[in-house]
Amino acid sequence: MTAQTPTPPEAPLARRKRAVVVGASSGIGAALVRRLAAEGYLVAALSRTPEPLQALANELNLGGQTRALPFAHDVTQLDEIPAMLQRLVTELGGLDLFVYCAGVMPKVDIDEFDLEKDQHMLSVNLAGGIGWLGQVGALFQKQGSGQLVGISSVAGDRGRVLNPAYNASKAGLDTYLEALRNRLSRHGVHVLTVRPGFVNTQILANAPRSFGVISPQQCADGIWKAIKGRKQVVYVPWWWRWLMLAVRNVPSFIFRRLSF
Amino acid sequence: MSSAPLLLKNAARLENFGHSLQRVAYVFRPQHTDELPALFEQARAAGLSVGLRGSGRSYGDAALNTGQIVLELGELTRILEWDAGTGIITVEPGVTIEQLWRHALPHGWWPPVVPGTMFPTLGGCLAANIHGKNNWQAGPIGEHVIEFSALLPNGQQVTCNPQQNSELFYAMIGGMGLLGIFTSITLQLKKVYASHVRVTAWTQPHLAGMLAAVDEHKDEDYIVGWLDATARGRALGRGQLHRATYLTEGERAPQQANLDLPPSILGIPKGALPPLMAPFVNNFGVRLVNFAKYSADRLLHNNKTYLQSLVEFNFLLDYIPGWERIYGRGGLVQHQSFIPAAVAEPAFREILQTAQHRGLPPYLAVLKRHRPDKFLLSHAVDGYSLALDFRVPGDPGRLLALAEELDAIVLANGGRFYFAKDGMLTAERARAFLRPETLARLLSLKAQTDPHNLLQHDLFRRCLVS
Repeated sequence: MTAQTPTPPEAPLARRKRAVVVGASSGIGAALVRRLAAEGYLVAALSRTPEPLQALANELNLGGQTRALPFAHDVTQLDEIPAMLQRLVTELGGLDLFVYCAGVMPKVDIDEFDLEKDQHMLSVNLAGGIGWLGQVGALFQKQGSGQLVGISSVAGDRGRVLNPAYNASKAGLDTYLEALRNRLSRHGVHVLTVRPGFVNTQILANAPRSFGVISPQQCADGIWKAIKGRKQVVYVPWWWRWLMLAVRNVPSFIFRRLSF
Repeated sequence: MSSAPLLLKNAARLENFGHSLQRVAYVFRPQHTDELPALFEQARAAGLSVGLRGSGRSYGDAALNTGQIVLELGELTRILEWDAGTGIITVEPGVTIEQLWRHALPHGWWPPVVPGTMFPTLGGCLAANIHGKNNWQAGPIGEHVIEFSALLPNGQQVTCNPQQNSELFYAMIGGMGLLGIFTSITLQLKKVYASHVRVTAWTQPHLAGMLAAVDEHKDEDYIVGWLDATARGRALGRGQLHRATYLTEGERAPQQANLDLPPSILGIPKGALPPLMAPFVNNFGVRLVNFAKYSADRLLHNNKTYLQSLVEFNFLLDYIPGWERIYGRGGLVQHQSFIPAAVAEPAFREILQTAQHRGLPPYLAVLKRHRPDKFLLSHAVDGYSLALDFRVPGDPGRLLALAEELDAIVLANGGRFYFAKDGMLTAERARAFLRPETLARLLSLKAQTDPHNLLQHDLFRRCLVS
């Protein structure tokens, strides 16, 4: 095999940053790809479904400058992560920011216990997240810099009657991000946990009820501010922090009786 | 996915000497030249290119290979043969200039050509075909190479000297590591009768005086000029010169057991200097420092002759370890242009004025005299070079725009550039100074020695591929 030519060389002295967004075909991921491209990043957008990605990349690359590169990848295929990451580093020419956005929440009834749905949520939301964030974390530790972002959820703050496996997957991801932060901050790596409230995405369609809904763009704006400010844990929108503080402190004997 | 071996565990962030670029690459540090063929094979299997790096002393991006493989050859430090009678030495490519002089000087030999720092490896020095303050007299380092062996990416092991494989000899020296890896280098060192040189320092009040003085003394062993690049008007290009001659047989030099650089300057420990210098690393501070230095040189040290050790005279850049970090986060880039003697004065005048007018005065400027050589990618002309250090501003675009203007002046005057320093040329401008036929010659040689285009670096992709 002949050595591949990576992305075309940039202008000398360019300080363009490189980002990877996993789960970028729709929702928060797609909005973040747009936002990062607008901020000057070269973004690799990964998703299981290549068509919407290609359309997104085409749209962002219209001006002639390459801003987004699409890659097909299924996060449940954990074995493929290291080779995929190596390919991304080569084609992007390095990596400064990694965002794990992939997440699923199928519709689950209040008395439903579906093994397949639960397993799917755990493998996409949690196992894929640990797989990617861990491998990228190892790379960032070696290079002594980088920003890791995981999209957790307010749903991870408490186990509730509506979707136990979703709560557990997000709580697991949230704890993993905290552990990574403790491991990697001493190596100059920044880890951001994002806990969005209700965002107008495909996931919202499966939520039994919603309020205070924001658009994926608004959510991406909030995440970008937190990335720039090197925040550690951020609720989007901000007021969820206080609402969830209250929710976390509802005693169990009451919480058990709520259908919320 | 392919079953290619994963390299992520070798990922590391590398910088250029100017700290203006930080790039991730998969870094390998071979301990022995025997390991090189397997590393080439591994790169080919992974579909990645290979960049070569010695001590990482290139100012620009010649020792960076973003997102690809970098072989750091700094562990290949064996001295293979040494004859203290003839001064002929054979070394591995990771041997540094420092290792070389420490080995040879006690026997009365000195590297015939050294750069302003002793840390580069010989492999890197040959790849860039470096020059010193004696370029007019001694030519580039390549003229002192008796022979070298190299491993080519096509698997061949070749020996090159001016008679045998001479085309490859003249292309690999100065070839920026794009054709093969030097595995052993045989150099003829320079006989010296003392560890010191006789130095004379004096000042000149303007550019024309500096150029005339450098030209007048070009036949001495060493001649170099420092310019106050912030001086304007009639004083434009004023500065101080140093010329030096080796001592002859029988001349007495001071007995100096320790040839290392002094641990302090003006009584200040060297480690404390960068923080003390930092407040002056801005346009105003640099004007002040340059004015003070020029005035002191003129009033206190003018026309003084003294003995100085070869180490102290040659390795000015090593006096203050880490000095290049005081340029701050953006780092520094150097713009060095080589201009034919007949047009040097108006060209350098225009270069200095343009930089001043754009609000980006060079913080350090060095003038040297050069002569042409026979190497394929030669940077030399019969003329002068002016090396200008710039702080990279918050918006690097300003500096790039200035570089475009400066390069246009250089090209219009038949000037040339130097890849060991360059960080701002474009492929178009590189082609203009190298001329298309030279570039075509390099690439056709590369097609033979490196058919899979395995040897690459950021500079190659920036400047030499269109």
